[in-house]
Amino acid sequence: MTRAFTPKVVTANALVDGDVIYLTADDRWSRALHEAELIEDEAHAQLRLLEAERQTGTVVGAYLAEARAGRGGPEPAHFREAFRARGPSNYAHGKQTELSDV
Amino acid sequence: MYEYGEFDTAYVRDRVAQFRAQVERRLDGSLTEEEFRPLRLMNGLYLQLHAYMLRVAIPYGTLNSRQMRQLAHIAERWDKGYGHFTTRQNIQFNWPRLPEVPDILDALADVGMHAIQTSGNTVRNVTADHFAGAAADEVADPRPYAELLRQWSTDHPEFQFLPRKFKIGVTGAPNDRAVIRSHDIGLELRRDAAGAPGFRVFVGGGLGRTPMVGQELAAFIPERDLLPYVEAILSVYNLLGRRDNKYKARLKIAVHEHGIDTIRALVDEAFAERRAQFSGTDQELLSGIAAQFARPALEQRGVAPYHAARDADPVFRAWADTNLADHADGAHAIVTISLKPHGATPGDATAAQMRVMADLAARYGHDELRISHEQNVIVPHVHRADLPQVHDALKQAGLATANVGLVSDIIACPGMDYCALATARSIPIAQDIATRFEELKLEHEVGPLKIKISGCINACGHHHVGHIGILGLDRAGVENYQVTLGGDGSETTVIGQRAGPGFSADEIVPAVERLVLAYLDLREGAEETFLELYRRLGAQPFKDALYPEQAQRRRDAA
Repeated sequence: MTRAFTPKVVTANALVDGDVIYLTADDRWSRALHEAELIEDEAHAQLRLLEAERQTGTVVGAYLAEARAGRGGPEPAHFREAFRARGPSNYAHGKQTELSDV
Repeated sequence: MYEYGEFDTAYVRDRVAQFRAQVERRLDGSLTEEEFRPLRLMNGLYLQLHAYMLRVAIPYGTLNSRQMRQLAHIAERWDKGYGHFTTRQNIQFNWPRLPEVPDILDALADVGMHAIQTSGNTVRNVTADHFAGAAADEVADPRPYAELLRQWSTDHPEFQFLPRKFKIGVTGAPNDRAVIRSHDIGLELRRDAAGAPGFRVFVGGGLGRTPMVGQELAAFIPERDLLPYVEAILSVYNLLGRRDNKYKARLKIAVHEHGIDTIRALVDEAFAERRAQFSGTDQELLSGIAAQFARPALEQRGVAPYHAARDADPVFRAWADTNLADHADGAHAIVTISLKPHGATPGDATAAQMRVMADLAARYGHDELRISHEQNVIVPHVHRADLPQVHDALKQAGLATANVGLVSDIIACPGMDYCALATARSIPIAQDIATRFEELKLEHEVGPLKIKISGCINACGHHHVGHIGILGLDRAGVENYQVTLGGDGSETTVIGQRAGPGFSADEIVPAVERLVLAYLDLREGAEETFLELYRRLGAQPFKDALYPEQAQRRRDAA
């Protein structure tokens, strides 16, 4: 029996600064998880991943990360993805300061 | 200390120029990530969770004030104003941008530093006792040999594609402060009956997934045979090491699978061939290097100001009691600057703090600094009369925490706050333990206790050799922390034993507190350390403290 497909987002690191980025439904790369396209269909997920992997001049290490629907958009399903989406816990560095200005 | 010659300078500059062109080709799309990745790793550039990370070698942990100031400059100009000192005497910058990394490497080359072979399946940064050249218990300074090994291993054509990474640690003292038995090769400098220097050689140590204590391969190898002997070990490993399985590829597995006697026979055979190829050039090189490591001319004057400060200032006295070590010269001391203020990230220093440490080294410490594998900074030659001024300056910079060797002097890897390999966070656990024991005001009463935390099984935080080791894992999508007990990273190296089921992030700090309180209850007196008590009583009373409900059930059943 195959396991039911659970929702995913396409995520990667930006080539230039390494920051965590997410593929949006309108084909942008966003630094905010809540802007990502939440993919609920397995075939579509594979397609989107292929499209992301093709962008080797922009992104590094694209993969499908577990996520779930939240009120403001996708939310992390695992603590690793929560840290990637937020930044380190010892300093307010990375997204947590840079995104708050947006 | 060693100054780059023309050859070193040209070599490092060439490598930077090469890498600059490689980065340009990656950015313009000529290189794919698959092509670029091994090239960046050869230059110490990783891609972590949130950003790139540049790992810069601080060979055998030694640097001068100019180099430390340059690290401060790099931190401010290209990073976020701080650097992270690691358990292998490296510094890591957590936020460099790819296009700027070549500029950082050029800035390093300006002061005779590099990031070469801080990654990849090569001979990594050769580490040494951080008290080298100063310690009272030292046979001889191990750093000239470490520098010789650095030069020999850098870009060594035979050893650029080893089965796995390869770590060498060197100590010049019988009291091992360099964790040499946890290295692929551990070298202990000693003298033969005639007083000639040589090495006791250990092989096959390592932590990580399969922790092993290094075994003695040779009781004494004369100084002149160091390179051919080490080369023989590497050549045997290069053929025997398992390339079929990354997790079984380290030398420790080869030693374990084939046995130390087989390895010794193979090494002896290879050594006979290799030794014939060494013409003595290496020995000329060594004597040139050794001259650069001569101990600075130490000033002889009275130490009265030190005693006066001790008597007058309890804060100074507490710091002196924990953070000073015996220097070979009685009028001097080895100062350890704690990078573990309670609640801070172990091993981090701001650019401003780096400059303070550089200034102190220049003014009071013969321009020498060391980085320890315990993630602290050492000023190795300070006259005791100058210690009150040094302490004052450290206090003003937030660097005077008096906790070296105590509960809050915790080793912690970056963990899941930065590292892409981590399975859980380490830093917040270290911060919380240190903060808790500061609240309890207990750590000076507890005395020597080494807590070491790793955020994954690769054990960069050396948890296996912590008196209390903590390993962060992912258990069904939740951070979970396993405790090991009784580990020891010194000359009596022991791998700690797992105590039982792990604890959640909320439970781990109270669990450590119970362990330490149990120790205080059970010890015979302040002289009996945590580790000694553990060795006397075994694990059971500590397990009872960790798991009180099980202990209660056991008592009820009895």
